[in-house]
Amino acid sequence: MNVSISLPMPARHGRIDLSRPIFVVLVLALGLLVVLPLFWLAYYSLLDQNGQFTLANFSALVTDPTLRRPFLTALGMALGVGVLSCVIATPLAWLVARSDLPGRTAIRALVTASFVTPPFLGAIAWEILAAPNSGLINVAYRSLLGLEPYEYLVDIYTFEGLVFAIACYTFPYVFTLVVNALERVPSDLEDASSMLGGRLSTTLRRVTIPLVLPAILAGTMIAILQALTMFGSPAILALPAGFHVITTKIWSLFQYPPKPGLAAAAALPLLIVTIMLLWGQARILGRRGYTTLGGKSSDPRIAKLGRWRWLAIAFVVSVLLLTVLLPYAALLKTALTRTVAEPLTWSSFTLHHVNFVFFEFSATKLALRNTFLLGFLTATIGTAIALVIAYLVTRRSVPGSQLLGYLATAPVAIPGIVLGVGLFLSYSNPSLMLYGTLWILLIAFLTIEMPAGYQQLSSAFKSVHPELEEASRILGGTRMTTLRLITAPLLRSNVVATWCFVFIGTIRELSATILLTTAETKLVSVIIYDLNESGDLGAISVLGIMLLVISFAVVIIANRLPVLGGQRLPAAR
Amino acid sequence: MMKRRTVLSGALVSGLALLGAGGLAWAQAPAPYEPNQEMIDAAKKEGTVVWYTATDVQVSEKVGNAFEAKHPGIKVQVERSGSERVFQRISQEYGSGIHKADVIETSDAVHFLLFKRQGWLQPAVPSDVAKSWPAQVKDPDGQFAAYRAHLSVIGYNTQQVKKEEAPKSHADLLDPKWRNRIVKAHPGYSGTIMTGTHALSEALGWDYFEKLGKQRIMQVQSSTEPPKKLAQGERSVMADGNEYNMFMLKESGVPVEVVYATEGTPIAIGHAGLLKNAPHPNAAKLFYAFLFSRDTQQLISDVGGLRSFHPEVKEKEGRTPLSQIKILYSDPTKLEPQIEEIKKKYEVNFGT
Repeated sequence: MNVSISLPMPARHGRIDLSRPIFVVLVLALGLLVVLPLFWLAYYSLLDQNGQFTLANFSALVTDPTLRRPFLTALGMALGVGVLSCVIATPLAWLVARSDLPGRTAIRALVTASFVTPPFLGAIAWEILAAPNSGLINVAYRSLLGLEPYEYLVDIYTFEGLVFAIACYTFPYVFTLVVNALERVPSDLEDASSMLGGRLSTTLRRVTIPLVLPAILAGTMIAILQALTMFGSPAILALPAGFHVITTKIWSLFQYPPKPGLAAAAALPLLIVTIMLLWGQARILGRRGYTTLGGKSSDPRIAKLGRWRWLAIAFVVSVLLLTVLLPYAALLKTALTRTVAEPLTWSSFTLHHVNFVFFEFSATKLALRNTFLLGFLTATIGTAIALVIAYLVTRRSVPGSQLLGYLATAPVAIPGIVLGVGLFLSYSNPSLMLYGTLWILLIAFLTIEMPAGYQQLSSAFKSVHPELEEASRILGGTRMTTLRLITAPLLRSNVVATWCFVFIGTIRELSATILLTTAETKLVSVIIYDLNESGDLGAISVLGIMLLVISFAVVIIANRLPVLGGQRLPAAR
Repeated sequence: MMKRRTVLSGALVSGLALLGAGGLAWAQAPAPYEPNQEMIDAAKKEGTVVWYTATDVQVSEKVGNAFEAKHPGIKVQVERSGSERVFQRISQEYGSGIHKADVIETSDAVHFLLFKRQGWLQPAVPSDVAKSWPAQVKDPDGQFAAYRAHLSVIGYNTQQVKKEEAPKSHADLLDPKWRNRIVKAHPGYSGTIMTGTHALSEALGWDYFEKLGKQRIMQVQSSTEPPKKLAQGERSVMADGNEYNMFMLKESGVPVEVVYATEGTPIAIGHAGLLKNAPHPNAAKLFYAFLFSRDTQQLISDVGGLRSFHPEVKEKEGRTPLSQIKILYSDPTKLEPQIEEIKKKYEVNFGT
């Protein structure tokens, strides 16, 4: 008898492996998203004011010191931010993930709060705190020591001040990635190290840190790129200090009479630097394997801090004080007093700003609605696309899948403000008129957030051993079924985290937004910027606090929703 | 409360005559109009009016609310940003064939030369403008008119600086004692400051800005911002900034004081215009007339501290009437070709 025939074959036939058509569609879609604006930028960078071909824009980059200087300043600033973020975030992440420090959940929540904070809002809060004369810290410093007026302790309107104010809101990128990675380092490797006589510091240096190095580097790289392409914080802090970075300079090129050609050309060096950074990262990581999440995983080891405990607490408290607690206390105070300089007392207490924002200021409601609508859409669509791309690329399932990875990462090289211009040029012609609608903002946000989403998910994929997927595939699952049934659930905490990343990123976005909003498509970030331009700190504080509360609520709900997998993986605890 | 009646002085009007806007006044302007019931009904059907404005947000929201109170059922959407941002936005939008705005208003008179040249404006002359506005502050073709005027003044925080020690002139700002103490707005971001920089560079020469640039000033963007930095006590003296913000702060009890410099004080004329492609044409026309009505002009003078061209507007006591101030004018037709150069020179001297 021919038994083997009647045995059900793994049911591969009849089901189409969708990964190839999906690959093609994604390449086309991403290509359109990324290439179209770049094409228009390249085109415009080669035109002079009258529409004639010229290379003058590029030669101006080298010869004109008012263009050269902002670029070098921005590079220095971004590197400073990267180093500072890494130095703050790595120990913090280790303490939270792997030590017996008390209050770890609260620390996580507060770091999330600083991540949810749009950097430009943080910059405004730091103006309130550390402006040399009116800054609350300096006022307290003078009155404590009985100093003369104009003496000050800290001045936020400096290069160092700017680096600090940006790092406060970029370190969570490093933190989140490193915490996730630390939780995935299997304890057997560390056990092996300690069994062989390695002390905690040796294990940390020889085993743990090398294993999470990809996460540290990826986080630092995101921090550097964020800083390099950031517009809001430099516009708020660098201009008063009397210097430009490249983004504020590019922005100033759109003042009347606008010079889009020069702006487009000025974006080119940024593109090159970014590509070099990405290449550098790939070189450092090399071909080493970092698979840490296999089918059999064990709880991470928790280190006892012992006498180092107090030092650790002091470190954590000062980080959180500087990045979250003080800025929000300052915003709260400003929201409730008439002017920034007054102390909060019964007599200076006022609900004027609250009343103004909710009942007099006509833009509030519309902006809130648009902001959260776009946040949800971008996060959901963006995460879905990033998940598929990360899967296809890390598993090299389709020939040429690396191309998708490059396309998904490419937008990181385009500063938001330049992308804003590119998108404006692409989607404001009569045949494709999206300018003035929310669609152009959705496209902008998807493009801007794709690199972060992709990076995060692909580093997650790299840490999942393919053995589990191979099992599914052997049993007849197609690639997409496997992704849906095996890999995605394994990574659901990463997926939720990515969703939140993208959601928050959208809410924080200002640089592309500022060129793409119109009366009916305005966003909270833009009205905050407009209000800052006219110095209405009270109204900004009210809006800022509201933005924080709502986005924080969204993040908490997203992390708790049972549909999304409820609490994190057990290991995260 | 006694309110002193001031008509914009003869000095101002004769000064404006120098601008050369006059001559063929009212050549092609349409007949003046007064809102009638038919217009109001049509406007109510449209339900909304979109106003792009560069006036301080608190003031413009009040104007919006006053209109909504007068015409229930018509919402005013106030779109406030700095003059140059308003200009950038409308240029972007009109460049792409998007017509969202009904009425536009900026403090940079050059913008209206450009709007007119582009053919974006709808000629319309509210009866108040026809009757009472001096010919020098309205377009002869009826395409725009001065909704407001304001000065860009020197100011100081009275808690930090004694009256005797306060600067009296622009030259006084160059005293080394003000190093690190001065806040100043930026001509690239503010129409008022661009106008003021032009007027001052003609009156005092670029030499003045060269020296001011060495005072380590705090650079802010909009001309509404320096008064607020004074109010916070962040800087003690402002080199330029809106007079009307100073009024508003001072009258609410904030310790700031205005200085009318001995060399003269630049004035910025803020025109308003009706857009040809306004999506709500009737509401727009109704609102446009409302902007120039005596009540609105009184409102922006009272709560906004803006200077009005309406002869029946009474200025609050304690405000120096324009007739007693030496005013520096900037001719928009002369300013326009120089904008690029002014920005370049400014960046050389001030870093941004």
